[in-house]
Amino acid sequence: MTTLAPTPGQTVGPFFGFALPYDAGSELVPPTRPDAVRLHGRVLDGHGDPVPDALLELWQPGPDGRVVQRQGSFARDSYTFTGWGRAATDRTGRYRFSTLRPGGTPPYFAITVLARGLLDRLFTRAYLPGTLDDRLPDVPAERRHTIVAEADDRGFVFDIRLQGEDETVFFSYTQD
Amino acid sequence: MDQAAISGEIEAIAEAYQSSGAVETDVRLDYPPYRSSILRHPTKAPHQVDPEGIELWAPVFGHQDVDPFEADLTIQHRGEPLGERMRVTGRVTDGDGRPVRHQLVEIWQANAGGRYIHQRDQHPAALDPNFTGMGRCLTDSDGFYRFTTIKPGPYPWRNHHNAWRPAHIHFSLFGSEFTQRLVTQMYFPGDPLFALDPIYQAITDRAARDRLVATYDHDLTQHEWSLGFRWDVVLTGSHRTPLEEDHAA
Repeated sequence: MTTLAPTPGQTVGPFFGFALPYDAGSELVPPTRPDAVRLHGRVLDGHGDPVPDALLELWQPGPDGRVVQRQGSFARDSYTFTGWGRAATDRTGRYRFSTLRPGGTPPYFAITVLARGLLDRLFTRAYLPGTLDDRLPDVPAERRHTIVAEADDRGFVFDIRLQGEDETVFFSYTQD
Repeated sequence: MDQAAISGEIEAIAEAYQSSGAVETDVRLDYPPYRSSILRHPTKAPHQVDPEGIELWAPVFGHQDVDPFEADLTIQHRGEPLGERMRVTGRVTDGDGRPVRHQLVEIWQANAGGRYIHQRDQHPAALDPNFTGMGRCLTDSDGFYRFTTIKPGPYPWRNHHNAWRPAHIHFSLFGSEFTQRLVTQMYFPGDPLFALDPIYQAITDRAARDRLVATYDHDLTQHEWSLGFRWDVVLTGSHRTPLEEDHAA
């Protein structure tokens, strides 16, 4: 049972660029690795315009479905997969990660979304194509595609719409 | 759009909140006085789920990732930065008061004149060649983080005419689960800009807002060296009883 009141969130603001993104932050594995997959997409606002000042964090299990508990995300050595990465969007609202295909049942990428104008972090899941099945039955049929990545030639595409017609399904978590 | 108009919007929302009788503990995502939030907040309620698999775990950071010197923002250049040197420390716990151990805390901030080193910050205040304004550390085995830095200045922004942010330090924190991730801002006691700021006021509950304000602590202040501020953080989220099978997500 939770007894202490939570510390509230605040926006990441416009000036995180010199502090949070870092070299190789988005490369959980080197893109040249044969089993590397690309997870990429756009972050869009309520008008469908790109959000050039968003920051995404990716957290995922390895291809065998096992959760990785290893340090080294800030000091990539090209061999250690930590399961975690961070990518800022560019001027066109695009982000990209180089990573491994997640395992698990069903497999998904857990994603945290931060942006200027977004007062608190958002959580979402990018399920691999064809794996959501009848899970999450409460998510309406017309919204289910917003949490399923599309396959492309090098991996997966996952757009995040903060608002509007095709607004991405964001998650909150129950507490014991 | 001037401050009076923004303040009027802030007051109207505050009055509606108070008369509703509800108690909010989080910041609102939909808060029109913060203009940039208008097209960037979800309009649908979040989908509530039990965390599962990877969400029951947090990424691990360690001494390979973080150098202990990164906790001191005043020693990153040749000279001393301008401004009031201070220590900021506090304890990170979960909702049951259990410490979040050996976990990453990142901070970033403006310099003493209210200027960020970020290229998009066009505020014509001086850059300080001896201050970058970014630090990180790992919490200790009791959940304590410790930074040495200088007090950031307030700065103008373009939400409305003559808009100024109260002085703050940005904090990024991880818990022991993915669901506990928190990015927020720490403020300083008694700031006259609090009532005027639509980001701070987007937390409609007074007690919840107060949780972002550090406490001056003379016991942390060091003789002829630095002031001391204390700020504790509570990361809620679901709790797990560790089980071996959790490893197979």
